Amino acid sequence: MKARVFVTLKPSVFDPQGQTIADALHSMGYAGVGDVRQGKYFELELAAASADQAQALASEVADKLLANPVIESYRVEIV
Amino acid sequence: MKFSIVVFPGSNCDHDAYHVAKHVLGQQAEFVWHKETSLKSADVVVLPGGFSHGDYLRTGAIARFSPVMTAVGDFARSGGPVLGICNGFQILCEAGLLPGAMLRNRGLKFHCEHVNIRVEQTDTPFTALAAKGQVLRIPIAHGEGNYYAEPQVVSELEASGRVIFRYSDSRGEITDAANPNGALHSIAGICNPQRNVVGLMPHPERACEPVLGSADGLIMFESVLHVLSSQGAALSVGQDG
Repeated sequence: MKARVFVTLKPSVFDPQGQTIADALHSMGYAGVGDVRQGKYFELELAAASADQAQALASEVADKLLANPVIESYRVEIV
Repeated sequence: MKFSIVVFPGSNCDHDAYHVAKHVLGQQAEFVWHKETSLKSADVVVLPGGFSHGDYLRTGAIARFSPVMTAVGDFARSGGPVLGICNGFQILCEAGLLPGAMLRNRGLKFHCEHVNIRVEQTDTPFTALAAKGQVLRIPIAHGEGNYYAEPQVVSELEASGRVIFRYSDSRGEITDAANPNGALHSIAGICNPQRNVVGLMPHPERACEPVLGSADGLIMFESVLHVLSSQGAALSVGQDG
């Protein structure tokens, strides 16, 4: 089973990289692009018997290592 | 006194810290590889600067799970003085031994320059010989030094006097222009509630001899020697009595 984990900075945390990308897009003429937030994407191969078990395992490793709860939040998709 | 300097794959200021302890201060110093589980009867533990594990994932995120970090946690909880410099500070934050986290510098630039920091508190093992308000000229070298914590955590740090160093101008004024990375409240260094674990982004070990342009960092190492010697003297007086 596979999991996709998306880690992003919390909305309350300033993202200077996202801001720089937004500024670049604006200077390229993309006035239709608003705010940009940069994040990280992980693909995990999991040994799990069920989607629930995979979800629990992916969440556990995201809590422990993939995301820093001080500044980041994450979302898990099982595929 | 014995300084144990932890070496992670990618540490690159370990030899600077060793040099200060061994050759500038004439103390014992030993490197401790991150796979080890003992700190080799350390009196002081230094987590040096560098790019542990290539800064992969997040700065300090992998290093905090190194076997030696269990011993560092035990040493810290038993009251032993721990100094985390730059990447060492980031590792202490990831390990939960200090609160908060470091974001990418505002402006995204890696800053490698001398800055001024103001000593905010002198009741830690690493600032005992400094004066409150004293300005130290110390180099920084980091891309992720923008200190962040939830507002209530920062309030708690301020209320309990746990902000130990702040970026300032040469006169000790805290200004936005003197803040190189956007750190909240111009925070350059903090300590834990017990005050024995101190982390800071600037590099005091690179400023311990005049030939390096500044010897202002030496006071942090001299302070911990002074504090430990005083404790040792008090202890032996107690034992005699």
